[in-house]
Amino acid sequence: MAEPRRSVAPGSPAERPLNWIGKPFRRVDGRAKVTGQAQFADDLTFPRMVYMRLVRSTVPHALIRAIDLSAAEKMPGVLAFLTGEDLPTPFGILPVSQDEHALCQDKVRFVGDPVVAVAALSEEQAYEAALAVRIDYEPLKTISGVDEALANPEPRIHDYGDYGNVHKAVSMRFGDTDAGFKAADLILEDLSYFEGNTHLAMEQHSAVALTEDDDRVTLYSSTQTPHYVHRALSKVLALPPSRVRVIACTNGGGFGGKSDPFHHEIAVAKMALKLGRPVKITLTREEVFYCHRGRHPVLMQLRTGFKRDGSMTAQHLKTALDGGAYGSYGVASTYYTGALQTVTYQLPTYHFEGVRAFTNKPPCGPKRGHGTPQPRFALETHLDKAAHRLGIDPATLRLNNLAEADSVTANWLRIGTMGLKECIEAVVEGSGWRQRYAKLPHGRGLGLACGSYLCGAGLPIYWNHMPQSGVQLKLDRSGGVAVFCGESEIGQGSDSVLAAVVAEVLGIDLADIRLCVADTDLTPVDLGSYSSRVTLMVGNAARQAAERARELIAGSVAERLEVPAEQLVFANGRVFSRADPETGLSFAEAVICTEAVHGTLGTTGSYTPPRSPGRYRGSGVGPSPAYSYSAAVIETEVDPATGLYEVRHVWIAHDIGRALNPVLTLGQVEGSVYMGLGEALMEEQVFRRLPERRSNALVHKMPSMLEYKSPTFHDMPPVTTYLIEDPDPQGPFGAKEVGQGPLLPIMPALANSIFDAVGVRIDQIPIQPQMIVKALQAKSSGKPARFGPTSFPEVDFGEELVVPTPAEGGDGRAISDFKHKLRAGMRGASGTMTTREEALKGKKDAPLTTV
Amino acid sequence: MADPMTALNLRINGEERRVLSPTHHTLLEVLREECSLTGTKHGCELGECGVCTVLVDGQPVLSCLVLAAEVEECAIETVEGMQRGNELHPLQSTFADLGAAQCGYCTPGILLTAQALIADNPQPSDGEIREALSGNLCRCTGYHKIIEAVRWAAALERGEADAKPPSEALYGSPLPRISPPSAQEEDPRQEKG
Repeated sequence: MAEPRRSVAPGSPAERPLNWIGKPFRRVDGRAKVTGQAQFADDLTFPRMVYMRLVRSTVPHALIRAIDLSAAEKMPGVLAFLTGEDLPTPFGILPVSQDEHALCQDKVRFVGDPVVAVAALSEEQAYEAALAVRIDYEPLKTISGVDEALANPEPRIHDYGDYGNVHKAVSMRFGDTDAGFKAADLILEDLSYFEGNTHLAMEQHSAVALTEDDDRVTLYSSTQTPHYVHRALSKVLALPPSRVRVIACTNGGGFGGKSDPFHHEIAVAKMALKLGRPVKITLTREEVFYCHRGRHPVLMQLRTGFKRDGSMTAQHLKTALDGGAYGSYGVASTYYTGALQTVTYQLPTYHFEGVRAFTNKPPCGPKRGHGTPQPRFALETHLDKAAHRLGIDPATLRLNNLAEADSVTANWLRIGTMGLKECIEAVVEGSGWRQRYAKLPHGRGLGLACGSYLCGAGLPIYWNHMPQSGVQLKLDRSGGVAVFCGESEIGQGSDSVLAAVVAEVLGIDLADIRLCVADTDLTPVDLGSYSSRVTLMVGNAARQAAERARELIAGSVAERLEVPAEQLVFANGRVFSRADPETGLSFAEAVICTEAVHGTLGTTGSYTPPRSPGRYRGSGVGPSPAYSYSAAVIETEVDPATGLYEVRHVWIAHDIGRALNPVLTLGQVEGSVYMGLGEALMEEQVFRRLPERRSNALVHKMPSMLEYKSPTFHDMPPVTTYLIEDPDPQGPFGAKEVGQGPLLPIMPALANSIFDAVGVRIDQIPIQPQMIVKALQAKSSGKPARFGPTSFPEVDFGEELVVPTPAEGGDGRAISDFKHKLRAGMRGASGTMTTREEALKGKKDAPLTTV
Repeated sequence: MADPMTALNLRINGEERRVLSPTHHTLLEVLREECSLTGTKHGCELGECGVCTVLVDGQPVLSCLVLAAEVEECAIETVEGMQRGNELHPLQSTFADLGAAQCGYCTPGILLTAQALIADNPQPSDGEIREALSGNLCRCTGYHKIIEAVRWAAALERGEADAKPPSEALYGSPLPRISPPSAQEEDPRQEKG
């Protein structure tokens, strides 16, 4: 295995074999999690703590005429209420869509929108009081999906957005796609649909707020992004950030579902400030379904020009996202449905058009893979069809057209290491693809698909000049090292990455490290557990902090032992001479000697991703310091009579750069395969309209864990996992991400395996047995042998941004910049994203906050 | 309108506890709220997810569906009772080592269900492990590491002190030898029925 291309600074201590990195060590929170000692937010209690409930809207779209608290006020144990008047300031995760209120102001936008908060002495009393609150609504027409949103610009769900009920419309053309299509030997066009689904983290969201004796408010919460919650709390509560403290408890699963600031977090903090005592709120499972922020339902039209050899000349992708009632991450999600189509295969020209509609349903947001699994499903099934049409083996077609390592894509994403070839080869060999694909008996099939994901979003959610991740170390004469970092552990193993990187650099035992994480008062900022950023960004910051500490110690020890610093080895809890290992000090003695020279010891490390070459509007979504790659082969058995099918085996290979801890890496791969299978086989977050006489409400079809089907122990097939290790120079010890990427190939690989088994295309996720039966019936009656959407709506994607590609000699900028039109007010600036440079121009060096 | 209260004598992890709780409170609520045994988690409070599983007289029970008053005479075991002194139960130790607990939220319920399984069946097959745990949902692991950990712990419980998980469970499968590019580049597909 090659060492990452990384220079060793002169005077740095000597290199040595790795002690922790690459070893399957027990995760640092492992013991707490198997003994019941890990503290989740709902496990916390404080003296005098009381409980809060939210009264949520029972109608999907209405003006609030009146709120009657008179009956509720008389209920036993009731302490206080909050309504929209108490929290008038809007918030939202993205600066461009600050469209939420902790409690609705004058209008509700989906069943589940919170209107009133009530606090009582017990949880049950709060529940009873909430039931006694009366809200009088004036119903408005409801919008149930993208088609209805496009057909009904009025009534507008929000008074901002690109037009009507369209939140965001994007059109970007990279290179001369017209010429590309003209040069093609085969043009394929496909329609596909990806149903929405939700995270279903086992832990329901919970938060506890308290006021401390120094007039501050502290919030403990199950959140993936304490820093962003901190900002939202400070804004809405109108308190300086220094008076607000957010502590993320260990999360009982996140998957993206706990990465927005939430109503209940803000309302419970306000309630604590009002009552002057601790207040807790824990959402019910039903409420969690309505909070959602999960996978957007996306309709896609994909058109590609191919040469006879399978290479692509041009691609045109259209996506239509059903966003639900609020912005959430939706503007970014919209861009993400187009951004990563270019990083797996060579694509010289590319045209992307996307639209996100507001609808009267729970807001969609980021779920594992954020906006990329849907177009990945479209692309990988499309390539399978192209291979079939061109008479090329699907694996060969992909292998012949891989994007190059160390290249820049048509949409200006810089690719570093690229292990997709090795991934495809591993799953092809492992599954016996060459001998078995298209040769298995009818009813049994193999499907191949690939994917790629970010190792952290290249840009922060709000523009600023500061690092995206920070780590501080405190060392003292005990020999113990305290590590402070804002990262939050959601189960993915981020604490273990942080601890292992520090232990590795300093050559000490994991047990000698004490972590303090995810506390906005005590820990340096890290932006949070999203976009698969933690291993790379926190890992790099931790490595820098630890290397600085090592250099400090090496300098002092070198003097004491009269050994040159670069001859010193840090290993096994000692600092010693490479030439004469007997000459050395214990790590604690080394720290004592350093503390004596320098005084109190502490170091810091920071990480800021490199600049992306893209300079066009929207180029902020897609860049990453590195991309992970995955490939999967799925074997499926289908009963053509009933359409019932079973996945028999999954082979997956993941290009991890380097596995910092292989056993935890495997857990992420297997968990991604599982979650991908859930989406492919059964999971759907769908809504139905109640009859007119019952408010016409759009309600969740099945807001319970029994009815929202997710895979059980019985549904999980055998999985063979290959880790492909080619250290990436951007990653700590060469590591790339693993939390999200391996999910991406699963859904298309399943659809492709069904084609190999029974010869029909299911262009829709989840794949239900009746879809297979219908497609087989269509095939036998001479119709196209498929099941899936049949049309894409007419959409105004707005003015097209034209960006010359690197091959065309572009400089990363658009040549049709219509910023002047924004100034002239021809198109609202809300709901748009600007490049970092544009944002900086107007504001000089002032800290760029958008609150 | 105070809720009627009931005084209960509970035997939890071998310890006698006298608690006063609202009569309608579930075992889950009494464990977490009256006894501060927050190791037992909740995921739905409707008997759907298995997160709140505890053992009652050695059998897995969903504590969200049982009234505390119903189990007064019974032996109740929670995750807090699994350790032997400061030493982890083999299941706890193999779950920790294999990352069979990721977020750890479903873990207590699964550990206890698995403990009941291997007490009853010291050498369970993978199928029997799946069957026993099929009422417990986990969103993180994809279940494989859990099955591996149960198998390993069962071996340790049987006294096979040097039992180890297979190397693939720790490092992944060895990379297959890549055969030289096949002469056949064409799609070998035959049109199928």
